[in-house]
Amino acid sequence: MRYSIGGFRDLFLEGVRSVKELKHRVVLEGEVAEVDAKGLSHKELNDLTRYAVIQGAKKVIMKNVFGQRYIGTRLYFPNPKKKIEIEIHGFPGNDLGAFLDGHKVIVYGNAQDGVGNTMDDGEIIVHGRAGDVVAMSMRGGRILIRDDVGYRTAIHMKEYKEKVPVLVIGGTAQDFFGEYMAGGRVILLGLNLGNKPHRARYIGTGMHGGIMYIRGKVEQWQLGKEVGMVDMDEGDWKLLEKHITDFSNEFGFNADEILGGKFLKLKPVTKRPYGKIYAY
Amino acid sequence: MLEGEIHSHLLPDFIIERREDRCIRCRVCERQCGFNVHWYDEETDSMKEDEMKCVGCQRCVVMCPTKALIVKPYPGDYRANANWTKERILDLKKQAETGGVLLTGTGNDKPFRIYWDHIVLNASQVTNPSIDPLREPMELRTFLGRKPDKLEIEFNGDLDDVEIKTELSPNVMIETPIVFSAMSYGAISYQAFKALAMAANEYGTLFNTGEGGLPRELRKYGKNAIVQCASGRFGVDPEYLNCAAVIEIKIGQGAKPGIGGHLPGEKVTEPISITRMIPEGTDALSPAPQHDIYSIEDLSMLIYALKEATDYEKPVCVKIAAVHNAAAIASGMVRAGADIIALDGLRGGTGAAPKIIRDNVGIPIEMALASVDQRLREEGIRNKASILVAGGFRCSADIVKAIALGADAVYIGTAALVAMGCTLCQKCHTGICNWGICTQDPNLAKRLNPEIAKKRLVNLLRAWSLEIKEMLGGMGINAIESLRGNREHLRGVGLEDWELEVLGIKGAGE
Repeated sequence: MRYSIGGFRDLFLEGVRSVKELKHRVVLEGEVAEVDAKGLSHKELNDLTRYAVIQGAKKVIMKNVFGQRYIGTRLYFPNPKKKIEIEIHGFPGNDLGAFLDGHKVIVYGNAQDGVGNTMDDGEIIVHGRAGDVVAMSMRGGRILIRDDVGYRTAIHMKEYKEKVPVLVIGGTAQDFFGEYMAGGRVILLGLNLGNKPHRARYIGTGMHGGIMYIRGKVEQWQLGKEVGMVDMDEGDWKLLEKHITDFSNEFGFNADEILGGKFLKLKPVTKRPYGKIYAY
Repeated sequence: MLEGEIHSHLLPDFIIERREDRCIRCRVCERQCGFNVHWYDEETDSMKEDEMKCVGCQRCVVMCPTKALIVKPYPGDYRANANWTKERILDLKKQAETGGVLLTGTGNDKPFRIYWDHIVLNASQVTNPSIDPLREPMELRTFLGRKPDKLEIEFNGDLDDVEIKTELSPNVMIETPIVFSAMSYGAISYQAFKALAMAANEYGTLFNTGEGGLPRELRKYGKNAIVQCASGRFGVDPEYLNCAAVIEIKIGQGAKPGIGGHLPGEKVTEPISITRMIPEGTDALSPAPQHDIYSIEDLSMLIYALKEATDYEKPVCVKIAAVHNAAAIASGMVRAGADIIALDGLRGGTGAAPKIIRDNVGIPIEMALASVDQRLREEGIRNKASILVAGGFRCSADIVKAIALGADAVYIGTAALVAMGCTLCQKCHTGICNWGICTQDPNLAKRLNPEIAKKRLVNLLRAWSLEIKEMLGGMGINAIESLRGNREHLRGVGLEDWELEVLGIKGAGE
């Protein structure tokens, strides 16, 4: 059998222009660089970001961002360690801040799928909504999303000793929220729901670590069988106060009003949800 | 026995014969057995055994200073029945007693046809001289990664000043087409993991971290490491990705296609927890799919996320289990941007898998390899990715045949473990390994000296490489590159027409 195919196309790398051709798009003033992302491919924008940082930029302002992926990913600078601030105006593409190495990313617009995928450290702030699998396998740092998020948020989020990632969502989330969660703190505020309940189902299915705090109404049937509701203690309120205050300052909400709401604390019932199904 | 408790109907797997005239009651066997089979009876001044616990790993036999022990399969059997074999009956009984999914370790042990044993190699006679590898140069060096469609070369004036104009993709050089396959620190002991890293470093090949991360102090072996990014994303940090030679996205494993992994909490000890960055004692669950990959397009997204995270400096490999549509899937993987595709066949090993999956899911690597190589050639994209194959390679001839079928290099897992001491007792999932390989018990793990294990591994690589050179020389070939995909050097024996067709080889005598 012969296969008729239309040749080979690399949709990511095809037609990528060199930094040399594009560097006029970067305007560096002191330690602040401005990049015009209009019409740039994923790689081109990230090439220019890396170029700007190597030229000495500590802050990169991106204008006209539209669907470019992996913003912030290609900034691994171990020696000396750099901490870059990226300001995005527009709509970044998937995997925003994937594997992020301690940088700060602020988005003035909506984000897509995979925000903070396996991010190691740093902060991502989205003045808008985000898509599916936000904070997947996140290992450290903090993500603040002003509005809603999609499916499978915080899936397999982790923690280790002092490295505890935090995700705060102002709106609501869809199904499989906190699935397989192995660590971290997830705070879901439901600020745009009014009196309506959260709609997510299978919350915390397979969860075996970490804590979820949900403000607003959630019924028992919406929870996965691996999680249980537990009482809030002083430590919980302290943590909520800290992150909700930061969240409110960032997005212009009233922290006291939010903290006055009813919070539900969810924890896994066991560290070993699937320990008893095997015969050795 | 308490009322209501189930009395076990299981038979022992092994029987232990102790030659009393030789036994000096030194109790070495007792100390060597992590399963607590042997014990000393003071009253009778003799060694006793509980053969129900024996797994047949042969550790006590090898360590007994007077060679007083014989461990052999338990001869007792049920009435002969070709349908209800002893294994089927005992498995069923075990499930009736526990209600659980049967777990096992290592690769599929069922008598599926091993095609390597039905393929023979060619040799030069008269019309083409064979080459003596002892005296003539013989090249086994292999480059893994994407190759360009064409190479543009520019001569600047004289011939000494030559420049390659084509932009080349990152490739990794290995000295022999043999790579250690993915075995995570967690599944195997630190000592075994370190031995693999050291051996790969010494011989100039690669080891694969599996998905359990790479301990900080071993990152110096990064240039010999294939680091995995799997569904659990354990220990994946920017340094881990950037210190490696190759990054591998693990989609599937030959021993358990389609299902996730599960490192039980009792194996998550302190050092494991540091490397994986998860709390001690929690189950390390690897979901069945990667939840950011539900399609070829999503796979492409992760491939490029990893390329972005490492500044396009490293080849990205995608590993799948060999399944029915492997060829079409592989085409998608290459089009998604994979620089290397790894195929793990039906007989690939594991530290723990449900037995029912291990023994029934997937296809033999020979078939998968032949069809994938063929498909990529037909589509004109074979050069876009190297092919790494895994799944039950037992000797250098298997490797030579695989390369002639189209592989760039071969992953060895079980073979490497056997070199270190493994006897395929299939109890990896219990966390007890008398050979110190597949365990996190510090008292058992310290039995494996990483330096000595490294020597065994390097010896194996050397021996197989020498044999590969002998076989190449016999065929009149002086570089492994010339054998790759050269199926004219293969002939089938005892195979059906459809098998020959899938393998793309002629029958012997044709």
